[in-house]
Amino acid sequence: MSVRGPRKGENYELSIDLNSEYRDKRKDAIKRVIAAMTVGKDVSGLFPDVLKNMQTEDLEQKKLVYLYLMNYAKTQPELVILAVNTFVKDTDDPNPLVRALAIRTMGCLRAEKIIDYLSDPLQKGLRDENPYVRKTAALCVAKLYSLKPELVIENGFLEQLHDMISDANPMVVANTVAALTDIHMTATSQLSSSSAGPVPEGEGIFVISPAILSKLLIALNECSEWGRVAILNALARYEAQGEKESDHICERVVPQFQHANGGVVLAAVKVIMIHIRGVQRPELIKSLIKKMAPPLVTLLSSPPEVQWVALRNINLLLQKRPDILQSEMRVFFCKYNDPLYVKVEKLDIMVRLAGENNVEALLSELKEYSSEVDVDFVRKSIKAIGQTAVKIDSAAERCVNVLLELINTRVSYVVQEAVVVMKDIFRKYPSTYEGVIPTLCSNLDELDEPEAKASLIWIIGEYANKIDNADELLGIFVDSFTEESYPVQLQTLTAVVKLFLKKPDSSQGVVQRVLNTATKDCDSPDVRDRAYIYWRLLSSDPASAKAVVLADRPPISIPQTTVAPALLEKLLGEISSLASVYHKPEETFVGKGRVGADSVQRGPTGLSDAQRALQTVAQGQQAENLLDLDSDEVSGDTTSLGGGLSSGLAAMEITPAAKNIISGTSSNPLDDLVSIFGNSTPAMSSNVSSPVQQSQSSQFGGMGGFGDLGLSPTAPKPAGNASSPQQQQGQEEDLLGLF
Amino acid sequence: MASLIAILDLKGKPLIQRTYRDDVPASYVERFLPLVLDFEEEGQQVTPCFSSQGIHYLHIRHSNLYLLALARRNTNAAEIIIFLHRLTQVLVEYFKELEEESIRDNFVIIYELMDEMMDFGYPQTTESKILQEYITQESHKLEIQARPPMAVTNAVSWRTEGIRYRKNEVFLDVIESVNLLVNANGNVVRSEILGAVKLKCYLSGMPELRLGLNDKVMFESTGRTARGKAIEMEDVKFHQCVRLSRFENDRTISFIPPDGEFELMSYRLSTPVKPLIWVEAAVESHKGSRVEYLVKVKAQFKRRSTANNVEIFVPVPDDADSPKFRASTGSVQYAPDKSAFVWKIKQLGGGREFLMRAHFGLPSVKSESDFDKRAPISVKFEIPYFTVSGIQVRYLKIVEKSGYQALPWVRYITQNGDDYSLRTASEKGSAPIAPI
Repeated sequence: MSVRGPRKGENYELSIDLNSEYRDKRKDAIKRVIAAMTVGKDVSGLFPDVLKNMQTEDLEQKKLVYLYLMNYAKTQPELVILAVNTFVKDTDDPNPLVRALAIRTMGCLRAEKIIDYLSDPLQKGLRDENPYVRKTAALCVAKLYSLKPELVIENGFLEQLHDMISDANPMVVANTVAALTDIHMTATSQLSSSSAGPVPEGEGIFVISPAILSKLLIALNECSEWGRVAILNALARYEAQGEKESDHICERVVPQFQHANGGVVLAAVKVIMIHIRGVQRPELIKSLIKKMAPPLVTLLSSPPEVQWVALRNINLLLQKRPDILQSEMRVFFCKYNDPLYVKVEKLDIMVRLAGENNVEALLSELKEYSSEVDVDFVRKSIKAIGQTAVKIDSAAERCVNVLLELINTRVSYVVQEAVVVMKDIFRKYPSTYEGVIPTLCSNLDELDEPEAKASLIWIIGEYANKIDNADELLGIFVDSFTEESYPVQLQTLTAVVKLFLKKPDSSQGVVQRVLNTATKDCDSPDVRDRAYIYWRLLSSDPASAKAVVLADRPPISIPQTTVAPALLEKLLGEISSLASVYHKPEETFVGKGRVGADSVQRGPTGLSDAQRALQTVAQGQQAENLLDLDSDEVSGDTTSLGGGLSSGLAAMEITPAAKNIISGTSSNPLDDLVSIFGNSTPAMSSNVSSPVQQSQSSQFGGMGGFGDLGLSPTAPKPAGNASSPQQQQGQEEDLLGLF
Repeated sequence: MASLIAILDLKGKPLIQRTYRDDVPASYVERFLPLVLDFEEEGQQVTPCFSSQGIHYLHIRHSNLYLLALARRNTNAAEIIIFLHRLTQVLVEYFKELEEESIRDNFVIIYELMDEMMDFGYPQTTESKILQEYITQESHKLEIQARPPMAVTNAVSWRTEGIRYRKNEVFLDVIESVNLLVNANGNVVRSEILGAVKLKCYLSGMPELRLGLNDKVMFESTGRTARGKAIEMEDVKFHQCVRLSRFENDRTISFIPPDGEFELMSYRLSTPVKPLIWVEAAVESHKGSRVEYLVKVKAQFKRRSTANNVEIFVPVPDDADSPKFRASTGSVQYAPDKSAFVWKIKQLGGGREFLMRAHFGLPSVKSESDFDKRAPISVKFEIPYFTVSGIQVRYLKIVEKSGYQALPWVRYITQNGDDYSLRTASEKGSAPIAPI
């Protein structure tokens, strides 16, 4: 027996009451024990006393004792064996509730000792006449498998579960499907961690055959809401044999869109999105897509947390099929009381749905949001105005007007964000809205955030020849150069050089000053290096310096998707899961916190799904951040996806897929940058594009600094001595990318 | 699936928790709030799902509680979040209110419910009516041991057999909630009607019910011409008792109802709605001394209808004081906790129009950072015997094998949704307020 506690105190009193001769007193004592357990007190010492009360007619008392056992079985493994008898007896009780309770609880005890005694009662439970017991037993097999898989296989439980898919009771079918899916997942995850490569679909424990399919489709219409989710999840895994079967599945699943439970609706959406790939008839595809829209919109009247999950998924769906909610932008307008996380998602979707026909309404909403109280939301709304301007050419002017109105409010953070956004608009429509420059410059003193400052400096540098007092304005930043943050320093440097190239007479002094300060007093290697290169360029060959620094930049654009096509397909197959909510592949957040060594080991044998996904996520996030100047965020994200090193390694092998991604978005400047590096440093070209490094270079591209180098083929050939720093920079960039 | 479900107080202390799978140690529950606080400190938004160190935290808020689910796998987020809401709903139905105290007082039954509602992380029975049949607060008073009701596993999992009523009746409420947003220049930016058909069923046996509505799609598919107006419901959602495949085929709404009260269906229409109750406010603010409001309300529906219990919330600056009101009807109260005043009108006849004035003092000193933003005006109301969409119940057929006669009663109500708001004009444009 266990060591008894001292003969006083709460536990001692409880133990006396637990052994009382009066039933009521004992039951009351059990309740007090459970109460103590609930508030986190250690009552494991009472194990033998509680155990004595297990055999009882009182169902409530029995449940409480079972609850106690579940909590403390692990701490008292040798005593649990004493409970076995009662458990086994309970599984023969005439009351199905008791039978099910015993089986359910035994599965939860998770103690080695008791597990061996579980097989026989479980065997009986699976064949019980009462469906309530059968549905409980079905899940218990999954519990057993997670603890001791060999026991499940030895006893033939898997075959039994397969038989139970034909059970007459839909609830039993649903739980059987859930159990089999669970076992399948446990088995595949164990397999893939022990051997190389993931287990391909179509192998493993739960393979859905056409015969099973038809049973599932029948059960789907009859079972409870949660059962439907389980069955729909299984249907999503089925690989349709030909067009007819895809059609059939879609037609049978579509009615589930009308279910009141949002989980069922999203699971049905998932099945349709998977099996629609096999559907050929355009009218069926059209009708499926048309039917999908209303239930998705209705999800927006759910509680905010459900809305958020729905919005994240809708965002993905729109990336694949932008036509789903084409005329529904208004339903995404933010409500005053929406939580911020809902508002932010709605904003993103609104911009996605923006077109020439609804841009008017959108802008007036965005303007309204820009005067709300929440700073974060205001900033995001202003950003959305910028994105709208970049997306829809014909609306750009109206966007600029709205931004000007906002700048006139003189609210500090509104002005700063508007300046950042204006910079993006200038990049998309160069030399179009120069009229606003004076207004922007007049707000110079208001700016205290690095991004806003850097944006304004970029604008001044870009239009230096049109701003009369450009040297004066930039002079302010040169004076405070060492106190500014690095992005501002880099921008100041570039802007002053631009100024010098445009107006050499008046700015000789200031360029000398900034190069001096940047090379001597600055502790950032990036800033120093850039200053040295400019210096060299300017002193050796001003003509090619002009060609490099003042080259035309390619316009920016809003990417259609935030995730790469391959990943998007994968995520659409997992609608409503965490992966689809995060817009990241499962491998990046499931497991031991980060992508472990095995995914790197798998590298040489070919690019696995995981690695491809990692790469594409980095790509996607980077695309999302194209409009941001600050690339810290990007590299931060990429490193968090499993450590900079592993993602760097993953990308070492550049695949056709990755190349497609690069060429697919050729409108962004960094591709040219990558390709020029390829030209100038052929030795490095094959492994230049690690995500980390790309984000690094995207910074330059975005800043209009070295991104310009990418265009040198169109410019006159730089002199020999000018190309050597370029090459050198290429190598340095490479080093940066790897570490 | 979820590995653990816990209910926490606002300080992050678990009040009750239940482990379903042992792949997540229970100690992770206590990491939840520190993580939330970290996010807030870093200025990140706290989303309903987030992950840290390979553990996924899915949570919802209910008054002063967090309901939290932990998982390790790539779990079905929608399922778990909806389950947490369902758990809340069941607990509320059991204890009227779900709060710290009711959890402490009822921990035994909550454990029982958690055991029954989820197994190995998979949601099971979440219908509170069925649960109440075999998990009761007075179980020790029961002489006979409870047994699982047939309904738990039946194809008809929502109704037990052998129900008897002396008088067989069905009460049917058609309730339409109007959500709308009017912008400052008086245009309706967004409007939708959320309809719900709620039933109170007092019927014996296993009755088969069939509900007929003036559904445009059905009229068109059957080639019938409607006598009156037919409406086009954009999205219809049904209680799980309705046979979805039957509806998909021929738009028939047929079902065996649960006993008692439940929501049979909900639907949505996004046809433009004229604001039933129009409110406009002119604001004249004298910075540093006072602010004046002139509010006009107009009932824009037919004369034979009347709106009951109209409440108009007009937001005012947080630091407004010494309120003075004058209204041509109803009563006005200042609600400083909501930074608003409320104009209550018991009955507002169709086509009628009323005015009210309000006057507040403002402190003479105002902090620079105090950025003035008015929340929109919101309105609450209820219009009986009227549906804004024009939906009508054409018939409700009740067939039971014993062949009894049952009476259906139908009632229509239109009310405000959770977002019926009108944005106030920005100050510059508003005309100076003339004396009444």
